[in-house]
Amino acid sequence: MLQQLFGAATAIVLSVGVCVAFFYGANALLDYYATASGLDHRSRDRRERVRSIVQPLIFVGPALLLLSIFLIYPVIKTVQYSFMDRGSFEWVGLANYVWAFHDQEFLQSIGNNILWLIIVPSMSTFLGLLIAYLTDRIWWGQIARTLIFLPMAISFLAASVIWKFVYDYRGPDSEQIGLLNAFWVGLGGEPQAWITLPFWNNIFLMIILIWIQTGFAMVILGAAMRGVPEETLEAAHMEGANEMQIFFKIIIPQVLGTILVVWTTITITVLKVFDIVYAMTNGQWDTEVIANMMFDTMFRAGDAGRGSAIAVVLMVAVLPIMWWNIRNVRKEEI
Amino acid sequence: MSIMGGGLHRMTMGKALKHATVLFFVLIWSVPTLGLLISSVRDKDQLAISGWWTSLSSKISNDVVRMGSADDQQQQGDHYIITGSVFEGNNKGTVLTFGFRSDELDAYKAGETADIGKGQTLLVTAAGEYTLSSSEAFTSSRGKRLFFVAKHAPRFTFENYHKVLTSEGIGRAFVNSATVTLPATFIPILIAAFTAYALAWIDFKGRATMLALVVGLLVVPLQMSLIPVLRLYNEVGGYFGFPAKSYPGIWLAHTAFGLPLAIYLLRNYMAGLPKEIMESARMDGASHFQIFRTIVLPLSVPALASFAIFQFLWVWNDLLVSLVFLGIADDKTVMTAQLKEMLGSRGNNWELLTSGAFITMIVPLIVFFSLQRFFVRGLLAGSVKGG
Repeated sequence: MLQQLFGAATAIVLSVGVCVAFFYGANALLDYYATASGLDHRSRDRRERVRSIVQPLIFVGPALLLLSIFLIYPVIKTVQYSFMDRGSFEWVGLANYVWAFHDQEFLQSIGNNILWLIIVPSMSTFLGLLIAYLTDRIWWGQIARTLIFLPMAISFLAASVIWKFVYDYRGPDSEQIGLLNAFWVGLGGEPQAWITLPFWNNIFLMIILIWIQTGFAMVILGAAMRGVPEETLEAAHMEGANEMQIFFKIIIPQVLGTILVVWTTITITVLKVFDIVYAMTNGQWDTEVIANMMFDTMFRAGDAGRGSAIAVVLMVAVLPIMWWNIRNVRKEEI
Repeated sequence: MSIMGGGLHRMTMGKALKHATVLFFVLIWSVPTLGLLISSVRDKDQLAISGWWTSLSSKISNDVVRMGSADDQQQQGDHYIITGSVFEGNNKGTVLTFGFRSDELDAYKAGETADIGKGQTLLVTAAGEYTLSSSEAFTSSRGKRLFFVAKHAPRFTFENYHKVLTSEGIGRAFVNSATVTLPATFIPILIAAFTAYALAWIDFKGRATMLALVVGLLVVPLQMSLIPVLRLYNEVGGYFGFPAKSYPGIWLAHTAFGLPLAIYLLRNYMAGLPKEIMESARMDGASHFQIFRTIVLPLSVPALASFAIFQFLWVWNDLLVSLVFLGIADDKTVMTAQLKEMLGSRGNNWELLTSGAFITMIVPLIVFFSLQRFFVRGLLAGSVKGG
């Protein structure tokens, strides 16, 4: 144990040290070789030109390198692999895509993903908005917000364990130790194995992600709502608008931009998240989603071609969001 | 904060409804976690048969034991007796009633002497000690069955934690998680800070393109990267003769995956710093590196801190990247992967799963509670303009 701790500490110090040394060293070298003092006019200009090229490279170089190796190169490679066989030795044309769109499991995972994409972002955003609004004017609002925000901190996996316990099922003759079944039996129902109930089990898995993401939506929408000018609200109150009208007719239109941002962010999370399905059902009982199926195809079935094809489908699904993001930033820059 | 102005001091139906609604949400959001925490310190036998919400009440259970056989008898005067306890291990309780058939659990009260006939009697005390007594020697090699009803006090224990930390490997995984997380938090912040500064304040060719690239990469699903990067690791590792699944490998992967968001957030923050300071520093002949180190970095501490928390939580809680780049079944398994293993192999041992899950949650929860304000500020900086 002690040896392990020592090894860990050494590794941490070394890795961080290398990183710091690079930036200091590179800049020191630049200062040493490209110093402009004590030179005649022309060579000073030349030095300055070299400097103006090398300087930004030192600053953005490592990031550019890492982004290229870990994100840009893989995107290109994955597209390439998706047209090749399972070991990426031979070209197979569109075969992987043809397989995917004829595969029952894949079609089902697309259907489920669409359900996830509709339900999770809309419910998280709606609940986040509602809770932010309600907690804004009660004295224990801060405590309530902290508790609702808390699931953001824990892993999807720990969250899955928590909810798996809530959904736990025991036979009708024994006492239920899962909260949901205890309620259900208390209301007079038969105990259910919730996560094996086709269709509904999808909803039970989505609840976990909604439970995690609502706090995120709440925090951001709460901040946006505080930006709504108070005079507007007071004026509406004077005119005799009730809370429902103020909420829907004044607050929601004012924070619409932020709602879209939150919605987009959660949508991306939904597309990428696989931990919950992986931990709860691993796609059994009709709960497969694209991200989990891809992991399975790539690493359990060892089929790089088909796995890559699924990854590309996922990528294509994200493209509109990417395009929208870049356009927004471009607009801001101008 | 009073948005509603005059409406505040009237306690109406609407207000009561509002409090009730918020309470309802708070309960749904916190009760599942509470259940996990309570279950993690409960006795495993009690946890297996009763809901955690009943954990403070005593449990009544129906049980059966086989008493000692002829081998255990002792002669006392002209009597033969067999003694023992109905409770095994630390599963102690209080016997209420007992009997000899499953449908006669309440035939005798604890402390009574039951007359079995043929000169045999049985006494069971409330503490669970039984004395089977006979005027003739016992001959049966199988003990007689005793049915009883017992009351068990609620029991709480840290045994689950002890077991999970030692035999289930969570303790070692904890150190592994820290080894992965600390560099994978620090390195991307450093790299992103330099890049963000350049994107905000150095005028260079291709700046706009790089910014668009970073924003575009924000949404690339990292699943896209797994196979190509893993193959790259295998090739490079094979060439230089070190294992593909290594700490440097996962540090770099986490660093790269965290970079787009880090650069984006930090650039937005740094671009908002006052222009005059940078310009006068440039006038005074300061280099970009000096400005970055002495002015921008200290001013950016809030943004750096909030991103640090973000990245820390994300890496600590990650499952996918570590499954692929560290794997399981060797000594580098991180906590989430270890917990996933337990979920597969110990799916019904809730005492282990709950305590294991809580151990994986401790660090994020501490970070969350102590640094919540920075965390929130970081979220806001990235999502709401002027937040």
